[in-house]
Amino acid sequence: MIARTQRNLIPFALGLGTLIAAIAFMELLIRVGLVNRFIVPMPSQIAGAFERVIVEEDIPHRFLVTAREALWATTLLAVFGIGIGILLYRVKLLRDATETWVAAMASAPTVLMYPLFLVIFGRSEKTIIMMGFVAGLPAVILKTIEGLAGTRRVLVDVGRSLKLSEVQLFWKIYFPAAMPTIFVGMRLGMIFALINIVGVEFLINFGGLGQLINDLAERYDLPGTYAAICFVILVSVLFFFLTDRLEKWLRPAD
Amino acid sequence: MTSATRPDQAPRASPSAPLLVADDIVKKFETPDGVMTAVDGMSFDVAAGEFLAVIGPSGCGKSTLFNIIGGLLGDYEGRVTVAGETVTGPHPSVGMVFQEESAFPWRTVTENVAFPLEIAGMPKAQRIERARHFIDLVGLHGFEKRYPAELSGGMRQRVAIARTLASEPKILLMDEPFGALDEQTRLLLGDKVLQIQDQLKQTCLLITHNITEAVQLADRVLVMSYRPGTLKRMVAIDLPRPRSSEIVSSDKFGHYVAQIWRDLREEASRGMRDDEEHMLGGHKT
Repeated sequence: MIARTQRNLIPFALGLGTLIAAIAFMELLIRVGLVNRFIVPMPSQIAGAFERVIVEEDIPHRFLVTAREALWATTLLAVFGIGIGILLYRVKLLRDATETWVAAMASAPTVLMYPLFLVIFGRSEKTIIMMGFVAGLPAVILKTIEGLAGTRRVLVDVGRSLKLSEVQLFWKIYFPAAMPTIFVGMRLGMIFALINIVGVEFLINFGGLGQLINDLAERYDLPGTYAAICFVILVSVLFFFLTDRLEKWLRPAD
Repeated sequence: MTSATRPDQAPRASPSAPLLVADDIVKKFETPDGVMTAVDGMSFDVAAGEFLAVIGPSGCGKSTLFNIIGGLLGDYEGRVTVAGETVTGPHPSVGMVFQEESAFPWRTVTENVAFPLEIAGMPKAQRIERARHFIDLVGLHGFEKRYPAELSGGMRQRVAIARTLASEPKILLMDEPFGALDEQTRLLLGDKVLQIQDQLKQTCLLITHNITEAVQLADRVLVMSYRPGTLKRMVAIDLPRPRSSEIVSSDKFGHYVAQIWRDLREEASRGMRDDEEHMLGGHKT
């Protein structure tokens, strides 16, 4: 038991150690002048700025705003992304007609569509949420199709041999078999959504952490800017942790 | 004493009325090279409680036959009946165990085995109790809460067998269920299947390419010819029951294996030649 705990701690310790080493290395590069300190602040300065941005810039509120937007975008991705993926998998004609377009959309810089969304939804959270949703949608759709199409034939044959109806076959076999791939799609979708959410907050100077980063950058408060970016990473970590828990709850075997 | 019949000598087991009857089965497939006859004029029957093994070289149509009897493959000529009822699709009296690993990875052993009962609408407590019975039967007691990924290949196949048995089929149809396992595990699992068959008086039809497995388990062995798959010979296995894998060392066992191999060798050689010619033809083009 102790040996197992130690085994589990080693990768964590190695990861943390690497991060600390990288930060220390960056500090060294800046201190000796190999990296310009007016462009990249020292990690020690960033650490020193944490308290200031938390107290003065109301980080908890901004963090919650960005997290709420990300949560809405994720929920929309789960409902519409997985739903559309299922629909395209089930209706081959639709899939053949649209799959290439969906794949092309995945690599399109959808963030540039923000003026259009501003016109439709106004300078509001809705615009930010919809931009995040649109950015993550192709990944969730494509991975849902991939997961369903990759269901092993023999598992379907087991269902057919037991005379499962089409609906039973889908919910009892196809969907759980596809779940790991669907979750990969959800994670990718969340990454794209969060990038766009913070990006649009930055661009339209509205909302949570993105707006704060914009404000701090305009004030040329680089340590504060980087400290705020750390909170964006924290949102990402939080969502990854939550989806990981959800996946383990739904498919404890993996 | 061995007994063997030619296909034209009515390969009937029938100490009791046949439970499964395959009557003049013909199955053709459209291929890029034209129509290919996979199975041609296969007729045989299996009596209640009997164990029939179907053996043949690769590509002789064994799995096609498995899918036809299991109701997964339609559009064939001839007729398959189970207890007098024509099979037109998956039949509740036929339980299928597949060659590939088919335990659901997202379900525990108990949940896997209880799956057919869940589909049948049995209350949870009842189906779990029932599933435990079949888990014990295949010797997986203590592994009820494990997931397939935590089990060995042989154990996973036992989960698949227990799941099929849980639906209480009249006929257990198995397509090379131990094909991916090593020889020792295969022999030991053969023992397990024999014990189960003995306990449940289960009618079994085993598709295999392994002669030892066929002789170890079966009352009769149906030898198929290479493409198109036809009934080449039906060999009655007159070895005492209950059997175990220890029987493989007996002279009589060796005699049956040699006899079946003589038939099979000819067919397997034909298959190999055919494959080689096909590959050469492919290279020429």
